[in-house]
Amino acid sequence: MFVKQLSVFMENREGRLEQATEVLKNKGVNIMSLSMADTTEYGMLRMVVSEPETAKAALREKGFSAMLTDVLAVRLEDRVGELHKLTHILCSRGLNIEYMYALAAGERRAMIVKASDGNAAAGAILEGGLALYGSGDIYG
Amino acid sequence: MIWNETKECMSRDEMRVLQGARLVKLVDRVYHNVEYYRKKMQAIGLEPGDIRGLEDLTRLPFTTKDDLRDTYPFGMFAVPNSQIVRIHASSGTTGKATVVGYTRRDIDMWSECVARCISMANLGREDIIQVAYGYGLFTGGLGGHYGAEKMGATVVPMSTGNTKKLITMMIDFGVTGILCTPSYLMHIAETIEEMGVRDKIRLKASLNGAEPWTEKMRDKIEEKLGIHAHDIYGLSEIMGPGVATDCQFHRGLHVHEDYFLPEIVDRETFRPVEDGVTGELVISTLTKEGIPLIRYRTKDLTSIDHTPCECGRTTARIARFTGRSDDMLIIRGVNVFPSQIEAALLEMGGTTPHYLLIVDRVNNLDTLEVQVEVEERFFSDEIRELENLTRKIEHVLQQAIGLAVKVKLVEPKALERSMGKSVHVIDRRRMD
Repeated sequence: MFVKQLSVFMENREGRLEQATEVLKNKGVNIMSLSMADTTEYGMLRMVVSEPETAKAALREKGFSAMLTDVLAVRLEDRVGELHKLTHILCSRGLNIEYMYALAAGERRAMIVKASDGNAAAGAILEGGLALYGSGDIYG
Repeated sequence: MIWNETKECMSRDEMRVLQGARLVKLVDRVYHNVEYYRKKMQAIGLEPGDIRGLEDLTRLPFTTKDDLRDTYPFGMFAVPNSQIVRIHASSGTTGKATVVGYTRRDIDMWSECVARCISMANLGREDIIQVAYGYGLFTGGLGGHYGAEKMGATVVPMSTGNTKKLITMMIDFGVTGILCTPSYLMHIAETIEEMGVRDKIRLKASLNGAEPWTEKMRDKIEEKLGIHAHDIYGLSEIMGPGVATDCQFHRGLHVHEDYFLPEIVDRETFRPVEDGVTGELVISTLTKEGIPLIRYRTKDLTSIDHTPCECGRTTARIARFTGRSDDMLIIRGVNVFPSQIEAALLEMGGTTPHYLLIVDRVNNLDTLEVQVEVEERFFSDEIRELENLTRKIEHVLQQAIGLAVKVKLVEPKALERSMGKSVHVIDRRRMD
């Protein structure tokens, strides 16, 4: 039901992102989606990658603050109104979206969502007629 | 003008006799009234009668801030509380304040000292003086206030905070003197420039202390405001501001030696050093009643000069301070020890925190940034959580040191690890 998101805390300083991507490249980890939330002083790099555990271990070894977070990968078609379907489902159940970003890799199109209550959100989304990608679908 | 010629210009021989007599009495007083001192002296087999004058001074043990902390709050007081008329306190290393008590005579003596200092800045009873130190437990505000009042000046108790209002009153009242920290006076000077009211200011002189500053900063203040800026030294354990000040010749700070017996000791051997050699300033309070201290180690580094000054005063002069022998920081007049920050962070998390203090001066006001490494236990993928964490740490640290702090989260291992003692402080303040 959930997929693992790799979250990396990053100071806003030159070259830091380049160092992180280098670690992933060297480990043969593919980045399928990425979003960067930033404040004036630091950023939070959120990624869906091909091998989350390997990536986390490699980043930590190189001194990054990295962790895995459970998020939902909601399958969306490429047409008008699809995103609204998702937000409406969550909104009508009183569920908050902490953050979200798009994933488009190969044939897969999804919105990566972290909701205030992950389990409730997953249930609502399935009931509402949308599909979720499982980890096997995403990383494979 | 010399406020008290009898005391400030007496011959060195007379001063030594006076100091010797007062020292003998001091030792007798603390031995009989302060258990802590009695035990300390007994431990090294010293009796009051062994101290017959200044020549025996070095036989006495030192007193440190730790002694005051160990006896918190009133253990070092030499009189019953019924005779104490005021308490002041400064921050201590472990969150416990260092508490000092004053009898009515102590307050009079303190006022006398501050009056002498203000006179050294050529201010007198016809002057209007703003006291822009913080009023409260900190000794700056009330100490300056009482001294200026004793001298007969018109005192405006501004305290700190509203700089524009201070400047408006400075203009409207025709203020001629001001007491505040040097960095605050720089800030005031720049605000005056911004307001474009420099030609309406009638300020003649200032007395600035409670934080370290340099000759260059003095030059800048004097130039910006067209005044004479004087350095006023003090510490709450000894009394507060007014222990020493420089006269118009600025050749060191005259110590009020009839009240405070200064020694300079080597930083390592703790033996007295010659005039002109830098060491730690040690002070014995010759007349204080509330909390008399013997050979108190100030941790401030300076040198001393006993030759007479051109101004006519014969009191010894200590040089501008070159630093401290411990890691205490003075930020906006508040004493901050890195260990306080460490203890507060430890209390929050339970493991050894890695942190770095960055002290800076922005628009002439000190700022303190604390960089804290984001460890596993802190980590979250949500910015909101990290922001909450930042605010929580800021709150905890502010409670611990009594100073607004900016916390910045940094990556783990971002802070330099060094062999043995790690670097916890970067002081970027330029004193000039």
